[in-house]
Amino acid sequence: MAVFFAILMALLLFVVIFQIAKASEYVAVLKGEKSSRAQANKVNAFLMISFLVLGLFGVYFCNEELKDKLLPRAASIQGVAIDHMMNITLVITGIVFLATQITLFTFAFRYRSSEKRKAKYFPENNKLELAWTIIPALAMTVLVGIGLKHWFELTSEAPANAMVVEVTGHQFNWFFRYPGKDGELGKKNYQLIDPGKNNPLGQDWSDPANQDDFVSSVLYLVVNRPVKLIINSQDVVHDVGLPYFRLKMDAVPGIPTTLWFTPTITTAQMARITGDDNFTYKLICDQLCGKGHYSMVANIVVETQAEFDQFVSQQKPQYQFAMASLKPPPADTSSKAAPADTSAKPAAAGSGASGLR
Amino acid sequence: MSHDATLNPQGEAIQLTPAHAHDAHAGNGHEHHHDSFITRYIFSQDHKIIARQFLITGMVWAIIGAFFSVIFRLQLGFPDKTFPWMETIFGHWAKGGRLDPEFYYALTTMHGTVLIFFVLTAGLSGTFSNFLIPLQLGARDMASPFLNMLSYWFFFLASVIMFSSLFLQTGPFQGGWTAYPPLSALRAASQGSDRGMDLWLASMATFVISQLLAGLNYISTILNMRTKGMSMTRMPLTIWAFFFTAILGVLSFPVLFSSFILLIFDRTLGTSFYLSDIFIGGHALPNQGGSPILYQHLFWFLGHPEVYIVMLPGMGIASELLATHARKPIFGYLAMVGSLFAIFVLSFTVWAHHMFVTGMNPFLGAFFVLLTLLIAVPSAVKVFNWITTIWKGNINFVPPMLFAMGFVSLFISGGLTGIWLGNSALDLHLHDTYFVIAHFHLVMGVSAFFGMFAGIYHWFPKMFGRYLNQTLGYIHFWITFTGAYLIFWPMHYEGLAGMPRRYYEFNADSLGIYHQFQGLNEVISVVAIVVFLTQLMFVFNFFYSIFRGRKVTDQNPWKSNTLEWTTPIKVGHGNWPGEIPEVYRWPYDYSKNGVDYTPQTVPLSPEEQEELAHVAHPETIHERQL
Ligand code: HEM
Ligand SMILES: [Cu+2]
Ligand SMILES: [Cu+2]
Repeated sequence: MAVFFAILMALLLFVVIFQIAKASEYVAVLKGEKSSRAQANKVNAFLMISFLVLGLFGVYFCNEELKDKLLPRAASIQGVAIDHMMNITLVITGIVFLATQITLFTFAFRYRSSEKRKAKYFPENNKLELAWTIIPALAMTVLVGIGLKHWFELTSEAPANAMVVEVTGHQFNWFFRYPGKDGELGKKNYQLIDPGKNNPLGQDWSDPANQDDFVSSVLYLVVNRPVKLIINSQDVVHDVGLPYFRLKMDAVPGIPTTLWFTPTITTAQMARITGDDNFTYKLICDQLCGKGHYSMVANIVVETQAEFDQFVSQQKPQYQFAMASLKPPPADTSSKAAPADTSAKPAAAGSGASGLR
Repeated sequence: MSHDATLNPQGEAIQLTPAHAHDAHAGNGHEHHHDSFITRYIFSQDHKIIARQFLITGMVWAIIGAFFSVIFRLQLGFPDKTFPWMETIFGHWAKGGRLDPEFYYALTTMHGTVLIFFVLTAGLSGTFSNFLIPLQLGARDMASPFLNMLSYWFFFLASVIMFSSLFLQTGPFQGGWTAYPPLSALRAASQGSDRGMDLWLASMATFVISQLLAGLNYISTILNMRTKGMSMTRMPLTIWAFFFTAILGVLSFPVLFSSFILLIFDRTLGTSFYLSDIFIGGHALPNQGGSPILYQHLFWFLGHPEVYIVMLPGMGIASELLATHARKPIFGYLAMVGSLFAIFVLSFTVWAHHMFVTGMNPFLGAFFVLLTLLIAVPSAVKVFNWITTIWKGNINFVPPMLFAMGFVSLFISGGLTGIWLGNSALDLHLHDTYFVIAHFHLVMGVSAFFGMFAGIYHWFPKMFGRYLNQTLGYIHFWITFTGAYLIFWPMHYEGLAGMPRRYYEFNADSLGIYHQFQGLNEVISVVAIVVFLTQLMFVFNFFYSIFRGRKVTDQNPWKSNTLEWTTPIKVGHGNWPGEIPEVYRWPYDYSKNGVDYTPQTVPLSPEEQEELAHVAHPETIHERQL
């Protein structure tokens, strides 16, 4: 009913507008082309300059309204650098934005048609054109310089003391595998994947390095300690999006990628900064991966080394779950470490591809 | 002049096939007795009819594509509400009046595919290249009217296939207009990757054929069929823009085609071009050694030039209209051609800026950063030249002029954020967020639409012999212009907050940080609906005016210099009833020596000839070089 009413109103409004438009066409014909043109020019020139003024005010208003909804300060060394670079870019492009839009709309207003003036025949001026080729070129050089400096830092080799975590995406969940005490991730092969046998990642149990690797559905990181993520996908392209750290990297099946950064603010500290007691860092999927894409979100915990050590000591290697599932089922499978139990999500539930029951 | 002599003499000879000659003498194509309705309006080989066919098909797709955006905007703006009428329209895709996530993705995918390819590529180039190339260059038709007709009918076929995919039980394709594999390659990965993707690929492959036929025709017409005196440097900038657009298409669409072929192989023949190490639907697939990234390279090798295929016609139209309606020559004609050329060349060298986060070699990435930001330079030159063109002009704010100025404003706003995204370090944060949505809609989506609207308002009198209603035109412009900024400007903020695109909803619990934009999303959606309704008003104006609009009584209503306005008000088959006029000057002699406008067909005055000997003028530079 409401819909019907809305359509009716819209139609009515349209009929009114149309009648006015039609009438003004007749009036224009009666008044003569010239005077109706002059009138239209006056109105639109005025609207142009108003658009500029209101638009600039709108930009300011939008900024005031939304600035509190932006992200809190970057929680990684790399993120701080990116924010810094973003500010420089904002200033440069902001100046150009204001200069060009203001000139465009003021010219529009200033040079509206008039009987009294004649347009100036001004087809070219090499000096001007040279100037506005060279100045943007210089500005771009500066931006490229800054950008590449950061780019090469961001994509450099991870420091030797970086902790390593393997991230694996699949429709529509994330797994995080830690290398355990030996500091080495065991071999894996996608053909060995068997969620039913507690081997969701396809770890090769014949590799001893696998025996202490443990798997989590939450990404635990240590504050001020560089972390190197080794990123995989089991099915389609996903993306490890880390908005709080200002980074992201695709997860591509068959081609592992890496990303390293140094988190600088613990979850607890960030809760204080944002005033939100329940604050949690998020890892979100940033590459369309199917119907559950929008729900492919994981939590990240940034904590102190002591807290992290405590967490590690409580983890059971995936190896033990897998071996247990070969034997008659043991009672204890409810540990936090078993992704099979903690990763239940609305999207995964309906997905045959998930394979995790 | 020797240049003209070699290129142009055939100009007339080639096209005057007997039928056309007869037509030309009859003076009016509408009196054509041996033409049936079918050959005249349906399987027509007349470039003007084909242009209208592209335009109207494009408009139908634009309405569909925009309608889809309204539906998914309702989901984004009002995720908790139900809309029972949606179930009436979409059936099981909107049970209980709530959009199904898969259908949401199907809608966004179709929205993107249809608007980019069918509307802003076929609809835009197809309309204006077809309509203007012969008319502005002084040719009786395209180089091959028959291939021209075929190009439309291939497009039509592509349209039919795409449209029928909307009615599949499993839905149309849902993997985004970029169709990245493995999502698009594996039937198990998504419902839409099954039959929907089959039809999507069939439709797109047909579409590529249509574009190649069209492009080759545009290029050969521009090179071979200019009238006497129409040297390349006397061509209107519209034609230069269509020329580069066509070459871009001809060079890049085949690459897209090849990427589709490999994808079809992977889907049907069990090859592994794009597939490796995949475990899906409870099975490990045998495919190994392929690379999903290969597809992305092939796709974006077209995909980036494609955004310029969408942009350049708008640039050409804006250049032409800013000069005409400001009664001033375009500023820096040669620089405008040069910057088009620079953009054209560079656009082939920047594709991987869409792939900074795929794990590409950082050293390689550095080149793409450099080349991408380099493209900002010719773009900046164009903007400054446009602004200088209206400086000290005498601006007539008719609807086409307003849309041309809106084009410039939107192009600036969207172009500047390209400098952010092209800088790979910033892209690490901004990629695949609403910042990107805001960027490409402003710079490409809306501004290309503005170029198209400008062109429609300007050439409607030539196409249909009647005017569009001006008042409705003004309302259309101001609501659309304001609406475009209201919709897309705030999205920059969402993107800066990292809000991901292609999200069906932002769960209040797991994504509270983005859920707080709910109020904003609601506003955006409401504005989008208003803007959509305004476009329907334009469509009404369009069809109403074809039949009932004010009649054109003046052969040259905009007092323009270009050749199309030397044809009769109702242009017949063959375009000029008598001889094709000869051209003596460039098209931008507005307000020269105190004369409001001097059409290209006016011979140089004795003073001008004298001047020509001394002053470096765009045409004279050209003539001296030869
Ligand atoms: C009424 C005007 C429009 C509105 C409100 C609108 C809105 C949107 C939104 C919100 C998205 C993001 C959907 C998502 O990622 O979840 C989107 C995607 C897109 N839009 Fe529009 N849009 C409009 C017009 C256009 C136009 C004119 C174009 C032509 C270039 C266009 C091209 C695209 C493309 C290519 C995508 C990406 C589709 C994909 O993800 O595969 N849109 N649009
Ligand atoms: Cu995803
Ligand atoms: Cu690009």
